[in-house]
Amino acid sequence: MLSMPMLILVLVVLSAVGYQLGRRRSLAVSTNGGAAPGQRLHSLPSYYGFYTALWCGIPALILVALWIALQSVVITQLVISDLPPEVQSLPEARLNLVVNDIKNLASGNIVSRQVDPAMRAAADHYLQLQAISSAALTVVVLALAIGGIAIGWRSVSPEFRARNAVERVVNIFLVASSSVAILTTLGIVLSVLFEAIRFFQAVPVTEFLFGLHWSPQTAIRADQVGSSGAFGTVPLFAGTMLISAIAMVVAVPIGLMSALYLSEYANRKFRAVAKPLLEILAGIPTVVYGFFAALTVAPLIREAGTSVGLSVASESALAAGMVMGIMIIPFVSSLSDDVINAVPQAMRDGSYALGSTHSETIKYVILPAALPGIVGGILLAVSRAIGETMIVVMAAGLAANLTANPLEAVTTVTVQIVTLLTGDQEFDSPKTLAAFALGLVLFLITLVLNVIALHVVRKYREQYE
Amino acid sequence: MSNSAGQASSPGAAESNSATRIMRQGLAGRHRAERRFRLYGLVAILLGLTFLLFLLTSIVATGLPAFQQTYVKLDIYFDPEEIDPQGTLAPKTLSRANYAALVRSTLRHYFPQVSKRRELRELYKIVSAGAGFELRRKVMQNPELIGTSETIWVPTSDDVDMLVKGHIDRHLPENERRVSDQQIAWIDQLMARKKLETRFNTLFFVNGDSRQPELAGIWGAVMGSVYTLLVTLSLAFPLGVGTAVYLEEFAPKNRWTDLIEVNINNLAAVPSIVFGLLGLAIFINFFGLPRSVPLVGGLVLALMTLPTIIIASRAALKSVPPSIREAALGMGASKMQMVGHHVLPLAMPGMLTGTIIGMAQALGETAPLLMIGMVAFIVDVPGGPLDPGTVLPVQIYLWADSPERAFVEKTAAAIMVLLGFLIMMNALAVYLRKRFERRW
Repeated sequence: MLSMPMLILVLVVLSAVGYQLGRRRSLAVSTNGGAAPGQRLHSLPSYYGFYTALWCGIPALILVALWIALQSVVITQLVISDLPPEVQSLPEARLNLVVNDIKNLASGNIVSRQVDPAMRAAADHYLQLQAISSAALTVVVLALAIGGIAIGWRSVSPEFRARNAVERVVNIFLVASSSVAILTTLGIVLSVLFEAIRFFQAVPVTEFLFGLHWSPQTAIRADQVGSSGAFGTVPLFAGTMLISAIAMVVAVPIGLMSALYLSEYANRKFRAVAKPLLEILAGIPTVVYGFFAALTVAPLIREAGTSVGLSVASESALAAGMVMGIMIIPFVSSLSDDVINAVPQAMRDGSYALGSTHSETIKYVILPAALPGIVGGILLAVSRAIGETMIVVMAAGLAANLTANPLEAVTTVTVQIVTLLTGDQEFDSPKTLAAFALGLVLFLITLVLNVIALHVVRKYREQYE
Repeated sequence: MSNSAGQASSPGAAESNSATRIMRQGLAGRHRAERRFRLYGLVAILLGLTFLLFLLTSIVATGLPAFQQTYVKLDIYFDPEEIDPQGTLAPKTLSRANYAALVRSTLRHYFPQVSKRRELRELYKIVSAGAGFELRRKVMQNPELIGTSETIWVPTSDDVDMLVKGHIDRHLPENERRVSDQQIAWIDQLMARKKLETRFNTLFFVNGDSRQPELAGIWGAVMGSVYTLLVTLSLAFPLGVGTAVYLEEFAPKNRWTDLIEVNINNLAAVPSIVFGLLGLAIFINFFGLPRSVPLVGGLVLALMTLPTIIIASRAALKSVPPSIREAALGMGASKMQMVGHHVLPLAMPGMLTGTIIGMAQALGETAPLLMIGMVAFIVDVPGGPLDPGTVLPVQIYLWADSPERAFVEKTAAAIMVLLGFLIMMNALAVYLRKRFERRW
């Protein structure tokens, strides 16, 4: 009947007890033959303690995790099987609503309709099952923990290789944690791919990749205009490219020039102040940039445009792109800084010896030598710009506009993913699935850019190492 | 230059002189180019810093007024007739009583000359709709208040607040502003009678979200962020350190570990929104975890920050000199003991620094949390990682989307709070690095 944090706490305490018991036991068995404490033991006494504690904690924790994962499903099934047959035969979506109502009723929330006795009974049943489950969990887990202590305690003997056993467990943990990275990638690929495939069953790939029209809102009635929705992503990618290009136009010159100045000209003091200050730009959350773009920069640009007689959309690509560029400046500058510093001093000295000025050395020697690395860094920055979400969600438009005019509003891939997936959603409409298809393309584009960029940067580093 | 070099190679003092002359002629221009180039660099840095300054000042200037809020002083008579006519003091009666009526009667008392219904409605609009709740809280806490009088300060409605702070222009024609001439007159009278003033906005720090800007606070979002980050930290730190230790100290050099390394580098550059898609498809749709809860947010952010922590931890492990390892092994320690007793403690400051930076990243992240439903409008302050909640950056996004003028300054103020947390975390990381940095 313990609450979850209490249960975990009790487990921790029990493990500590197990540690003490195991340690004491090892000392006790080792002195049985009359030797000094700890002399005949294979491992240090603490390892026997850890061994017992692991036996106490790990099986119990695994059980708790499994229980939590399965509990709600099992209870829901049990409650459904107890409902009147006419409710059970409802289609799945309606049944889910009923189950939701029962859960709301059980937790004392307001429900969406009249409470009939059957529902009330089901809610009570639900609560009762939950109580049983929680009580059973407590009992079983505590029994398992105490049983674990007993097993660990019994296996303590001078010949027992406790250290090897404990180290094996730690090793398993290390291997498992390092495979989380693989599992994450796999999870991303699978989750995005499955939904995308379902989407492509409804909408052909060619239409998705080459269609010029994007309006994912499907109409409710079949005879309405645009009833099928249009899923041509060319305007989205054009918008993404436009905004990313504007960002690069801002970020690359400023980032590159400040990296050059900081690493080639600036004295130590200036560098120590300016570099961290510039890097603050990278630490500011993107939602802050989005707010800044929408509230300050966009109106500024619009006013400036109106004053010279241009009509500027209030959600112009220029505002979003410029602010995104500001965000990327430190990214470009710190990557360029790395590669510029990797250029060997001998090349600079050679250039000075031939009588070239500092800037000539930079332009004709350092930059060409560092170019591959810089290009790699810029590619990474582009992939960052393409995947950036909050700035464009807050400052770019929603309507898919196929235009190259930076003063108009365009939309991007990430904006569309967010708008398609926030709010109420049903999981089988092409509208929702389209977001996953967009996510797949986004993932692939950034993956390819990253692989190329990392490869280029590594090749470049090897060249001078 | 190649031209002059060619001439210099031919014999003759005159020729060589002319080569030097040509060099000299070009020199001034080259030095000008040098200075120009230097200037470009300086301008680039100054531009970057100007952007930073502009960004911060615009946010601080917008957000600072939100820490003040206009309050109105009400002399409330807790009328037993209105609250609890039977005198039962039953909690149900007390919680259902019409407290807004008490506020209204006080307002009528302040301006006895107002009697028309339409005017009265205008008058009531001066005080926030939350005033009644505040009274109810007081009475529920202390039922003995019934029958007594008390002076309390309650927030005004957001329009009044905006007017007092000067965001609503009094000189606009009446139908173009949200406050009527009559209301302005009342507000001025109240101010003259010292019954209306701006004070420190404590509600902003203790309340959850609200549709009423004057009642909206960040505490719910702060607690949501805390729970989310706790989940993230408790997963990402052990997993990240475990991975780093395995890859640096134990892993054999083979295909599998190569694959893991490539994977980690790529994960570090995957757009954050894709992690949101992962969370939606796996944690919510496949495992059936509830939407909008900090637990799922924490899981997603843990996967997102894992590469940062792994990369920083590996760098920290690499910086521990091999001699330490050899000495431990030479003393008869097992490999695991060598790592656990010597390498890990020495690398820990670096790992912690990396972890704090990863957490700072997670604290500022918005996009993946939008995908898993943390954008829901939630008034209650979450009490645990399984309660629906939102986080600071998402709260900022939600407020930035709200049309009321008063939410603009709330948004900027929430940004200031978020930046404050980030500055503290980064300062801690810098301190750790400075304090424990060791050069071998």
